[in-house]
Amino acid sequence: MSANGLTIAVPRGALFAETLDRLDALGVSTAEVRTNDRKLIFRDAGLITMRPSDVPTYVEAGAADLGITGKDVLVEQSDRAVYELLDLGYGHCEMVLATRAGADPAAEALRRLGVVRVATKYPRTAMRHFEAAGHQAEIVEVKGSVELAPLTGLVEAIVDLTASGTTLRENGLVVRATIAASTARLIANPVAHKLRAAAVDEVVSRLRETTSAAGTQASRTR
Amino acid sequence: MIHPIPSGTRDVLPDELRELRAIEERIRAAFDDAGYGEIATPALEFETVLARGNVAATHPSHRFLDEHGTVLVLRSDMTLPIARVVATRYATTEPPLRFCYVAPVYRTVRPARGQARELRQAGVELIGSGAPDGTAEALSLLCATLDAVGLGRYRIGLGDASLYPSLLDGLGVPDDARDELLTHLVARDFVALERAVARLGIGGSDAALLATLPQLRGGVEVLERAAAGTGTSAVETAVGGIRRVLERVDDAVAARVILDLGLSAGLDYYTGAVFEVYDPALGSPLGAGGRYDELLGRFGRPLPAVGFALDLEFLHQALMREEQLRDSGEGAGAMEVEMPAARAPRTRRSGR
Repeated sequence: MSANGLTIAVPRGALFAETLDRLDALGVSTAEVRTNDRKLIFRDAGLITMRPSDVPTYVEAGAADLGITGKDVLVEQSDRAVYELLDLGYGHCEMVLATRAGADPAAEALRRLGVVRVATKYPRTAMRHFEAAGHQAEIVEVKGSVELAPLTGLVEAIVDLTASGTTLRENGLVVRATIAASTARLIANPVAHKLRAAAVDEVVSRLRETTSAAGTQASRTR
Repeated sequence: MIHPIPSGTRDVLPDELRELRAIEERIRAAFDDAGYGEIATPALEFETVLARGNVAATHPSHRFLDEHGTVLVLRSDMTLPIARVVATRYATTEPPLRFCYVAPVYRTVRPARGQARELRQAGVELIGSGAPDGTAEALSLLCATLDAVGLGRYRIGLGDASLYPSLLDGLGVPDDARDELLTHLVARDFVALERAVARLGIGGSDAALLATLPQLRGGVEVLERAAAGTGTSAVETAVGGIRRVLERVDDAVAARVILDLGLSAGLDYYTGAVFEVYDPALGSPLGAGGRYDELLGRFGRPLPAVGFALDLEFLHQALMREEQLRDSGEGAGAMEVEMPAARAPRTRRSGR
């Protein structure tokens, strides 16, 4: 069963499991998605799976009607023409500025060299942060383990996403500033939002119910 | 040898151009039948002249200095040049004036997104005919044009650009919060919009109205839900305006309309009704338009006006997809489109 015949872009990775649970609650059949991690497209369920940063691309083009991805991705790709419909509340993580522990090498670089070098997978988010702070930064875009960059002297600081901070700690890095918090969001293609309005609205209202139920449960267990 | 051309521009070769020309001719015939005269203006204009129509709002992306050091821009739409023509060449002509065009306009592009720096638009401007009659005429011509092109599955989103701003004014929302809400609305970030509304600390039903109204879209029930129990004059005015337009169009046109109270134009010269054209084959609108009742006044000839522009490449893509579906026998069922009723059945309207 699909969600009212809509195609939904589903993020593999950290948001994957919780996303499938929410889709189950909608009555979408996710059994095959759970068991087959090589297949990418599940036509009967109306699901397509991809890395989270590709979700806005598919939704903007209309290749998917709806999508689920992190707010961090939407902030980085803020020029995508997609509608942000709902905060799903899970997948909480933070975009942080981190450097090596001890005396802050980024502060020293800013003071003595006038510019700080920053490695990140989120160049636009990082650039906006330093511009807003009035600091000059040289952004170094990397694709893999960002933690490596300050340890090797490539940069003084990193801007990266962290959920628990474990990876940062294990690499001797400390958080110097929190730039933004992120959770999973439901997004829609602008044309599907009109042409499939009733179907989209039903999915939104049912996900809203699941989200507030999950929120109540989480606050009870705390 | 490979000789490059600028990103976002294309060479159009005979197979494609033959099909594009066929579409253009059908559009020209539809415009001509409706009494609209075709007009051509220079691609280059003086920046100071176009700036009268608020140049920032139209993002002219290509500026040059001429031999006198005067700044020239490549037009980013045809509405501003036609406003200039009306004020200059038709300064005393009795309105209404009806113009159409098929012409390239120039925009900025974002890298690697397949956006066009030079795009060919077909559109009309109806000058001197106010709401609701002028709006109904433009909406009807828009449908006649799309029918003539041969599209079968298109829908027109119809909203009112003044609705949300006047709602904010009516509720006395302070300026800084107003700007924030409008920014979220234009970005269609409903999560941020809802949170910003919650921070306003205004009453429950007003807050609910601000958060939910822009997400109302569908058939005539949308107007009833918006008007029900709000008592807000901004909503009543906009809803009344949309109803009057719908009363003045044929059933076939009304059947194409999706009412959308969240529709707000990025261009700041729209003052009333706004429309967008959707086709299930494309992920973005293939055309847009609306009322711009203040713009001509900025050029010194205050007249109400309405117009629309269609992107010819998008029309071509949608048409190709439709032909593929027809040829493969998948038919209309292959791409579901909801059919909201933008107008209540006639029997229910007779008690009005």
